[in-house]
Amino acid sequence: MTDLFSKFDPLIQQREGLLATGVRDPFSLVMDEVKSPTIAVCNGRETILLGTYNYMGMTFDDDVLAAGKEALDTFGAGTTGSRVLNGTYQGHKLVEEALKEFYAMDHAMVFSTGYQANLGIISTIAGKGDYIILDIDSHASIWDGCKMGDAEVVPFKHNDVEALEKRLKRLPPEAGKLVILEGVYSMLGDIAPLKEMIAVSKAHGAMVLVDEAHSMGFIGPNGRGVAEDQGMLDQVDFVIGTFSKSVGTVGGFCVSNHPKFEIMRLVCRPYVFTASLPPTVMAASATSIRKLMHAGNKRAHLWENSRRLHGGLKALGFDLGTDTPQSAIIAVIMPDLERGAAMWEALLNNGLYVNLARPPATPAGMTLLRCSLCAEHTADQVEDILTRFEAAGRAVGIIG
Amino acid sequence: MTDRQTMFDQIATLIEPFNKKGVTVSDAATFQHDLEWDSLTVMDFVAAVEDEFDIIITMNMQAEIETVGQLVDAVIKLRG
Repeated sequence: MTDLFSKFDPLIQQREGLLATGVRDPFSLVMDEVKSPTIAVCNGRETILLGTYNYMGMTFDDDVLAAGKEALDTFGAGTTGSRVLNGTYQGHKLVEEALKEFYAMDHAMVFSTGYQANLGIISTIAGKGDYIILDIDSHASIWDGCKMGDAEVVPFKHNDVEALEKRLKRLPPEAGKLVILEGVYSMLGDIAPLKEMIAVSKAHGAMVLVDEAHSMGFIGPNGRGVAEDQGMLDQVDFVIGTFSKSVGTVGGFCVSNHPKFEIMRLVCRPYVFTASLPPTVMAASATSIRKLMHAGNKRAHLWENSRRLHGGLKALGFDLGTDTPQSAIIAVIMPDLERGAAMWEALLNNGLYVNLARPPATPAGMTLLRCSLCAEHTADQVEDILTRFEAAGRAVGIIG
Repeated sequence: MTDRQTMFDQIATLIEPFNKKGVTVSDAATFQHDLEWDSLTVMDFVAAVEDEFDIIITMNMQAEIETVGQLVDAVIKLRG
């Protein structure tokens, strides 16, 4: 008999090899206590959080917490039902109204997670005989949405406008086409040239979906994302987003101006065949989204943090994922997984948490220490972070 | 020389810069096991083939192509 788990043996061996060097397991950290958006207790030590996607620090906002608590008492702990049966409460409609206002779009649809939003929208709108043209560095939820649907899938080189255009030109002109892009690519923290890419896509008759998971609330004059920042939001057919980053809760959504968009509620299986989000999450999310509409000062401070950390790490001699700070993510490139894990552990022992990212999540087989900044990080904390990076970098031999 | 042999030679030329291990290229050679290409190399190579012949080889088609010979036949078919 074949053990179905034998296919995982290489990964099991790599993991055992890594742990045998004595480093702590980077993928089973537990937060024992969370004190604020930027401070938690990990392994009994107070730790600065620099790897949480909590870009706007909304997880402990007083108004957000109060809204959640009130909904818990008023509507109960959970909905026990699908959005299309008994699972749509007042709170779900309030979140959808808040999203429509936030993006100034006609339709909004809330999913139970951001992953399901991509999975559902992509697999439903691109069917047999249609083409999906997507960036090779797309998030796993986008790839899985492609795999779940029946469309023909055509990838192109990351952020390469010419590669995208060449492929669009070669496709049958009459075929349905969906171009999928992301505003911020979360591994390296780089942004997409959406202005050029969306223009090229539209010129070839394609519909455009942009995943703005890592830009919502932060990038663009109104925090609507990279497409807004590059003046292209009115050309985007579908924006996909999440509540688990800047909004500070959990859930996913799609907003659109497509006149027939509401039919998605009946045909999109990852929307229909799952329970809706609990009332607490909806009330907290609606309050958070509305506060993010007026968060210009926080956005400005987050940009200051991003620029200072990027400049400081560069000056210390670290190899970074982008030449300039483009988002709230700063990726520090490690020479290999072993030294990456050692550096990760040295930082954690020094009271600083970052994400250790490794293949297959990362492009080009890179090992990354991914830092994501928060608008609630103080200027002093950022200096403190740089001091800890310098000490760990020298101890592990990443910098001279 | 037959049309198929011409196509095989053209594909072999395109494989060359990616053939870091100097594997002998034949109809039966597989991309994954003989040439030992990872997904990134496959993507760059597919892009090179697509540009050379002005065609699209979708991921769905790529899933059916394991050997050099299968690729040669697929490209001939795609060019029509």
